[in-house]
Amino acid sequence: MTSPKRVGRIEFGLFSPKEIRKMSVRKIIWADTYDDDGFPYPQGLMDLNLGVIDPGLRCKTCDQKAADCPGHFGHIELAKPVIHVGYTRLIRKLLRVTCRSCSRLLMTSEEVEKIIGHEDSELAGEIVSEKDIKKERVCPHCGEQQLKINFEKPTTFSEVFVEDGRKVEHKLTPADIRARLERIPDDDLRALGVNPDVARPEWTILTVLPVPPVTMRPSIILENGQRSEDDLTHKLVDIIRINQRFKENQDAGAPQLIIEDLWELLQYHVTTYLDNEVAGCPPARHRSGRPLKTLSQRLKGKEGRFRGSLSGKRVNFSARTVISPDPNLSIGEVGIPLAIANEMTLPIRVTQFNLEEMRQYILNGPERPTIRSPCGANYAIRPDNRRMRLSEANLETVAEMIEPGWTVERQLKDNDIVLFNRQPSLHRMSIMAHRVVVMDGKTFRLNPAVCPPYNADFDGDEMNLHIPQTEEARAEAEILVSVSSNILSPRTGGPIIGGIHDHISGIFLLTHTVRHFSKEETLYLTQHLDIEHLPEPDRMDENGNPLWTNKQVFSLVLPDDLNMVFKASSCQNCETCRREMCENDAFVRIINGNLISGTIDKKGIGAFDGQILHRIIRQHGMKRAARFIDDVTKLSIRGIMLEGFSFGIDDEDLTRTEYGQIDEVLNTAISDVDRRIKIYNEGQLEPMPGRTLEETLEMQIMQVLGKARDRTGEIAGRHLGMDNSAVVMAVSGARGSMLNLTQMAGCLGQQSVRGERIMRGYEDRTLPHFRRNERGAEAHGFITNSYKSGLSPTEFFFHAIGGREGLVDTAVRTSQSGYLQRRMINALQDLKVAYDGTVRTTGGRIIQFRYGEDGTDPGRSSYGAPVDVKGIVESVLKEEVK
Amino acid sequence: MGTSLDVLNHEMVPDHQIMGEEEVADLLATYHITLEQLPKIYHDDPAVKTIGGEVGNVIRIIRDSRTAGRAEAYRLVVKRPKK
Repeated sequence: MTSPKRVGRIEFGLFSPKEIRKMSVRKIIWADTYDDDGFPYPQGLMDLNLGVIDPGLRCKTCDQKAADCPGHFGHIELAKPVIHVGYTRLIRKLLRVTCRSCSRLLMTSEEVEKIIGHEDSELAGEIVSEKDIKKERVCPHCGEQQLKINFEKPTTFSEVFVEDGRKVEHKLTPADIRARLERIPDDDLRALGVNPDVARPEWTILTVLPVPPVTMRPSIILENGQRSEDDLTHKLVDIIRINQRFKENQDAGAPQLIIEDLWELLQYHVTTYLDNEVAGCPPARHRSGRPLKTLSQRLKGKEGRFRGSLSGKRVNFSARTVISPDPNLSIGEVGIPLAIANEMTLPIRVTQFNLEEMRQYILNGPERPTIRSPCGANYAIRPDNRRMRLSEANLETVAEMIEPGWTVERQLKDNDIVLFNRQPSLHRMSIMAHRVVVMDGKTFRLNPAVCPPYNADFDGDEMNLHIPQTEEARAEAEILVSVSSNILSPRTGGPIIGGIHDHISGIFLLTHTVRHFSKEETLYLTQHLDIEHLPEPDRMDENGNPLWTNKQVFSLVLPDDLNMVFKASSCQNCETCRREMCENDAFVRIINGNLISGTIDKKGIGAFDGQILHRIIRQHGMKRAARFIDDVTKLSIRGIMLEGFSFGIDDEDLTRTEYGQIDEVLNTAISDVDRRIKIYNEGQLEPMPGRTLEETLEMQIMQVLGKARDRTGEIAGRHLGMDNSAVVMAVSGARGSMLNLTQMAGCLGQQSVRGERIMRGYEDRTLPHFRRNERGAEAHGFITNSYKSGLSPTEFFFHAIGGREGLVDTAVRTSQSGYLQRRMINALQDLKVAYDGTVRTTGGRIIQFRYGEDGTDPGRSSYGAPVDVKGIVESVLKEEVK
Repeated sequence: MGTSLDVLNHEMVPDHQIMGEEEVADLLATYHITLEQLPKIYHDDPAVKTIGGEVGNVIRIIRDSRTAGRAEAYRLVVKRPKK
């Protein structure tokens, strides 16, 4: 293990030029890196004293090889001081609060005391800020009139003084600034919150530049043998070149103008070396035009050193591929392609009890030909931790060699526990433990019922798989992370795994109204269920053959003692409920595990609101619930296959009567709109309270058109009955709504932007197809056509406008909620519920005195309540409880 | 000054009480914590000012809770740091 030393204290400060020179092992003066023989120039940027990256060479400073030498700093003596961009705000503040002649703080000691107070007084710890000092005052110490300091990004400071009534800016050179900062007394700095022992302000102006060791800017050798230098090296070359030229010009006594230009150039290079994304400064670019990645860019942001390299973790024993559905798998299983199962291993210690088994694994070797063949092993690890790769050549020798103390890395086989994950991992159900089923093919297979927690679909989604490598990890995965322990969502306290799409359509078709099945049909439906015998048949047909009802078939998957009463998704919320006599068969009644009446749909078995599911979890536990989901998914798939289920363009067809009615409704609505516009134009419109005339008119129009759209939907709905697949899906809650159907068969309706009719476009009109200031329905995005009949060009354009708003909204929302989530996780990640029920930080500080104030784990609650009172009463009374 | 408002009378402000020394000792003992491990509240919090809480006092706050009906929390009064 690592040494048990403790970090006692971290000191943050600035490097002084003295310190930089002291830690430097070499002064760098040559801008070149390697000579023609590929050997580093002495005193060049790749000097051997700075560390070595080429194998074979030894560091001249520490005499170690490339792998062991950590690298050493060098330094460049700058011809003239330059400003460090990272400290411009501090420099600006200090220039503004200190005197331009005596460099004292522009306050009398009494004034300072008023703000920071004496030691151990009320105000101890306060510091003087820029706001505490009046602008352009006279220095209280030497009487000098102060000037305004202007700061121009990135690194230009200037003094403003008034000459002949005009404002004149006088530029301050870094040397001037350094001189001023040098004179600020230590005590004044303390009042400003700067600790002069570790950070004298003049050290923010660089006179000597540290050269980082070559180990942090290694050059790479391309395929063609050419060397390619790191971005930092490129930048350092620029700095040394300009510095050299600057020195030469200075020594030759060049005119002031040239000196100033070179000084600015040096400043630019040092600035971009430190940070290449400073505002007001064009980024330094590579020859190819790509901006250089300099010091600040290495640290900053998602791919930077902190977020990308230090908190970012990469792992072995993981796999990733496309997912596809398999309803015959249990929800707790995952199908793994043979190719992946052969590649991935888990270590098993050899003991005297499993020696023979391990020997067999090794003899089976690293290549498993079919999914039925027994699994093999890829590596054997000797007691001295030497790894031996198994291959056809050494199988038998290694098999003979193993004995207790060895470890065998066995391939994945059926029933191993693995972690399965889909990004973005927004909640804990994004990673769940599944059991392996080795399969043919190249995709991961999963039961579609576990799609909701992962938010997965099969349009090309990929998922990740991780193999726990220790017994502890496997036990933890099984107990805490398994799919069956995550059926209840801790967000709502209700089930999050359950039937989706075809499961719901299927179980709806199967259980809707009372029907009878012959023995063949009944067995077809139940063939995948784990049942021993069929119940007593409901009745015999005319030939004396037994018949079972569809409700009996469904009852086979229910626990025997289940009692519940609820209303299905297809419930119309009638004024007076006719209960068992419901004409939609929406009154679900289950007595002693028998479905007496009602249709099973989304409310019964769906993910998020499956009531039967929820009740089984409460009364029979997660294991039984998992089995129920398995049974229901299999049964419903059989149910949907028994009848067949499809949707085509002709399912949106209506008859001539309906088309006539729809046209009539739309025409009346449009003329109604025109009538209201006429009233408005005549000035006869009564404004609604709190609204302008225009707003009133707009609201009326929206209302009229909205109603018209709904009326077309009703007309279409009257024609499309339960024999229409889209209606079945909408009514059962499987997918889609009656609104979608209205838009397909009836009329698309009003397109809107921000909840209003479309108003933008050209001058006084939306499109050149309309008259200016026209207010009619068509001119502002009312679409009379349906998706079936097809949109006119203007309608199509309005539809695109409305559709774009939706896209923009989702894009904005995901980025915003992603950042919100990141901040929240950073704030909460180390909190835990202690054994006494308090929520605490790692330091034992209390955040909540009782978790959630009531100490209830929502993941084990019934929709947030600790006890499902209604469910218990219902089970006993076998009656609906309000 | 205009009309003064007693924040304690506002329906959104829960009940704040200053705890006695003995009560505080009991509290720290039940949770096995030091004073510093308590949640904090600033000395210039309007409710703390109204009940006359001083730096170092522990305030008991009794809230109506959506989950538990009634919930108690305890906070140590600390000085608000500048900025």
